[in-house]
Amino acid sequence: MAVADLSTIPSAPVTSRGRKVVRRMLRNPLAIAGIVVLAIATAAAVFAPWLSPHEPTLTHLDRAFAPPGTAGHVLGSDDLGRDVLSRIMFGLRASLHVGLLAVATSLVVGVPLGLMAGYFRAIDALISRFTDLVLAFPFLILAVGLAAIRGASLGNAAIAIGIAQIPGVIRIVRSETLRLKSLDFVAAAIVDGAGDAWVLGRHILPNAASVIIVQATVAIPAAILGEAVLSFLGLGIQPPAPSLGTMLSDAQQFASRAPWAAVMPGVAIMLLTLAFNIVGDSLRDALDPKASRR
Amino acid sequence: MKRYLLGRLWQSLVTLLLATIVVFLGVRALPGDPALALAGEDRDPESLRAIREQYGLDDSLLVQFWQFVSHAARGDLGSSIRTGESVVSMLSSALPVTIELSALAILVAAVLGVGAGVIAAVRRGRPAEWAANALALLGLSVPNFWLGLMAILYLSVALGLFPASGFVPFFSDPIGNLHHLVLPALILGTGLAAVIMRQTRSSMLDALSADYIRTAEAKGLPPRAVIGRHALRNSLIVVITIVGLQLGALISGAVVTERIFALPGFGKLTVDAVFQRDYPVIQAVVLVTATAYIVINLLVDLLYSVIDPRIRVRGEA
Repeated sequence: MAVADLSTIPSAPVTSRGRKVVRRMLRNPLAIAGIVVLAIATAAAVFAPWLSPHEPTLTHLDRAFAPPGTAGHVLGSDDLGRDVLSRIMFGLRASLHVGLLAVATSLVVGVPLGLMAGYFRAIDALISRFTDLVLAFPFLILAVGLAAIRGASLGNAAIAIGIAQIPGVIRIVRSETLRLKSLDFVAAAIVDGAGDAWVLGRHILPNAASVIIVQATVAIPAAILGEAVLSFLGLGIQPPAPSLGTMLSDAQQFASRAPWAAVMPGVAIMLLTLAFNIVGDSLRDALDPKASRR
Repeated sequence: MKRYLLGRLWQSLVTLLLATIVVFLGVRALPGDPALALAGEDRDPESLRAIREQYGLDDSLLVQFWQFVSHAARGDLGSSIRTGESVVSMLSSALPVTIELSALAILVAAVLGVGAGVIAAVRRGRPAEWAANALALLGLSVPNFWLGLMAILYLSVALGLFPASGFVPFFSDPIGNLHHLVLPALILGTGLAAVIMRQTRSSMLDALSADYIRTAEAKGLPPRAVIGRHALRNSLIVVITIVGLQLGALISGAVVTERIFALPGFGKLTVDAVFQRDYPVIQAVVLVTATAYIVINLLVDLLYSVIDPRIRVRGEA
């Protein structure tokens, strides 16, 4: 933390750190584009039942393979005459659902473990054995195991992805905790007689929040890609419920006849993850301007 | 050095033991009677008893675990419920395909990633850097199975440049083998290339502002020599690090890539096993993956300490 030049304090406008970060982000046109895409995608997903032009699972065999631009099917229709745009909107809903659920799972387990690993030397080794163990099972293998034991479903896909993301959360929170623990204000609190829980909850966790937020913005697109992969393989959301991954695996069968049915869902996934990655990158830069100027 | 090696080896053994316990308990956590699950379609009481006998399902968990480990250690991973083929022989025909695919993908990723990373760092603030950064961001965001579909659709089916699917063994037809694997390896390598590019760029930027580089330049060494020597030295470490860190993603990616290109590898084995509820195969697949992950990461760490002694010192501290 930089030492403020005392003479500038009276004239400096009173702004919170959060507001400064937001202002810095809004100076980056790419970040604005990312935020806009995310806002549109979220709105499309949340309001899909009201906004979508058709029922996503409604089949119309007489309207099969309508190319994009056909009246009523802006992005075309698939082999069963289902509207691609409507299915993408509901697919985004599933993607965001799994993305948020998986990341929430990883944070709920990972943040406390990371805090403890960084703060209490005694259990650090134990927790690193745990992370080693989780790392040994790649997310797809975890999902395979979970699908074998509990059946393939959206929830199990989210759990598998979430578990696979726990080690990353632990590592980041642990190293931030180690850094914060060595700072004077924490030492002062400990000398003052503050208990471990108080120091962790009151001093370390709030200061680690920005690192955790950045980690989450990187983890959400990864989870969304993970869901698409699992649904593509049939290990995630079960048909006929629309998911961007199942749309792609369906479209694989008739891709040369109706390429749009294979192109559009992929573009939707790409735009969504690209927007998350851009916002994540620019958030990290805004939180730590020194790193980006390097 | 010796202490570090022994410590690292011990850690790996503990993780391997824990992973084996997880896999073992996973099969026991199957809903209902594991004998029923292991029997598949065959519900005849006589064969159920045979399965109980074979897997020792009536023994205590500890005895069962010992049986499981000692069988696995002797290379006996059971046999497929569906075909009766031994799981080890299924693995030995599937694994070479996946290993070749992954090795080619790592090669592709290393060449593209290091190249783009060096360019981005050296051409700071010019269009080349911008383009390299944009490509990396795109590489991270594109779902690679979708990229595979698009490549099949537009490069294989429409233009006929590559075979859309299938596989020929390297030793029967090396050229045909590479021809079948080029596209899958490119697709599998893109995500890895993006991560390697970002890491190479930032480590090059650090290095270019380091004192010894300034000294080298001040001595009059041409920039090309400075960059070249440095890039070569560091890129190896970067690639090894990223491969170690991204190994899980690489394995997951290989499964999907094989599925798309219909390659008869580990991924196909895995996915087929899940849909056929072939529990002995699933169990073996999970165990083999975890073991491979642990062993490869151990090797990565050992390689590290050979290449860069500083890491060894940090590990001991």
